[in-house]
Amino acid sequence: MQSLGPKVIIDNLPLLLDGLGNTLLIAFISMIISIATGFLFGILRTSKNKLLKLITDIYLEAFRIVPIMVWLFIMYFFVPRALGISVSGEFAAITIFVMWGTAEMGDIVRGALESLPKSQLEAGLSVGLSRSQLFIYIQLPQAIKRIVPGAISLSTRMIKTTSLVVLIGVIDIIKRGQQVIERTKEAFWIYGFLFVVFFIICYPLSISSKKLEEKWAN
Amino acid sequence: MKTFIKKLGIIFTVLTLIVGLTACQKTSDTKGSSIDAIKERGKVIIGVFGDKPPFGYVDENGDSVGYDVYLAHQIAKDLLGDENKVEFVILEAANRIEYLKSNKVDIVLANFTVTEERKQEVDFAEAYMKVALGIVAPDGSQITSVDDLKGKKLIVNKGTTAELFFTENYPDVELISYEQNTETFQALVDGRGDALAHDNTLLFAWAYENAGFKIVEGNLGSQDAIAPAVSKGNTELLNWLNDEIKTLTADGFFEKAYDQELRSHFSPDTNPDDVIFR
Repeated sequence: MQSLGPKVIIDNLPLLLDGLGNTLLIAFISMIISIATGFLFGILRTSKNKLLKLITDIYLEAFRIVPIMVWLFIMYFFVPRALGISVSGEFAAITIFVMWGTAEMGDIVRGALESLPKSQLEAGLSVGLSRSQLFIYIQLPQAIKRIVPGAISLSTRMIKTTSLVVLIGVIDIIKRGQQVIERTKEAFWIYGFLFVVFFIICYPLSISSKKLEEKWAN
Repeated sequence: MKTFIKKLGIIFTVLTLIVGLTACQKTSDTKGSSIDAIKERGKVIIGVFGDKPPFGYVDENGDSVGYDVYLAHQIAKDLLGDENKVEFVILEAANRIEYLKSNKVDIVLANFTVTEERKQEVDFAEAYMKVALGIVAPDGSQITSVDDLKGKKLIVNKGTTAELFFTENYPDVELISYEQNTETFQALVDGRGDALAHDNTLLFAWAYENAGFKIVEGNLGSQDAIAPAVSKGNTELLNWLNDEIKTLTADGFFEKAYDQELRSHFSPDTNPDDVIFR
């Protein structure tokens, strides 16, 4: 068979971009929601209530221990069957990614909040700030600096984990690439293209995280 | 702040409970869509592969094509009167059974080999294709049939039916086995063995793409059937499919499908009878 060379990318660009759309849709929607829900979950995790701590611990560990692929299967095949409803692959994927993102983001937020010196809270209380004022003016601004690097690394992990969603019928960019490779046998050019695409998406995230860290270090 | 945390805690707990309780509720098991339900919907949902040319793959426009897809269009035509009243769902080997069990597809036409284990989970209709073992060798090779392999080196994939078949039935053939498909075929190209045994359809396609190799045997070992599958207990659709496949076979449809979708992908010395029923 005659090799198509880089032309294979141009010929199949609409197909590959369609997959990229699904990849980005799931990763970005999930990440945006997870940042909000993760904040709430992280605040919950700083609670002194033993029962609450246990529940949030179990929730977090459930997503760390059970592979995301299993969760996707549960959400797409078993939950709808048990409820007698039907859900789309995209919906199931975003739901699981948000649940996972909430757990991970929550732990990042908890870590950041708990890392602040206690003396600051005491000082705040002593000048008459309420608990919520304390949170908004003292804890939050400092915690955010410690949250951003973790949140960005979570985003890149999410983007890469979207390759699992093909198992619940959502065709992502990697699957599209494989489909093109199987048809054209041009593995080198297609994988090269995927490499460049993922680099272009993830590298600016890494860079901006580094820049922010530097900026805030001063 | 404290009461806020408490409220949040209550909300989370209640949500978890609701999800947990509703998830436990068992609804009646559906046995897959009846033919009436499919007709009412106006389209039949068929699961196919997206990366297994020439059986099920995706063309440059993103449309499903291939031998399985060709049959799927015919099924739509005979069931609903229009070959385009079909929605394709791209499946993976690992999720074919789940798609049927959760009624997300009506029929699976994804190179699905009938096995005893799978029969426990889904119902298979009449076979529309067969798969057996084959042997390829370099063009100038002395080997012309499986009996010439005595004392020769045969390349196989570890853990495949080919390895098992030769270990059991031809103990005097020296087997060289590799883990990956690509390694196995590279070994033959490099001359590390005299011939190579694998699934016949895979070899037909490989011999077509790689000049200088010929098919020595195309139909060896126990023959497996490839059949459409429906949800377990969907007898109505199963019976319809059985009649459909019988009629299509009698009408020579699969010969046409072979000429249209497979012939150009297979080595010219492939015997169609090793692949299709007619």
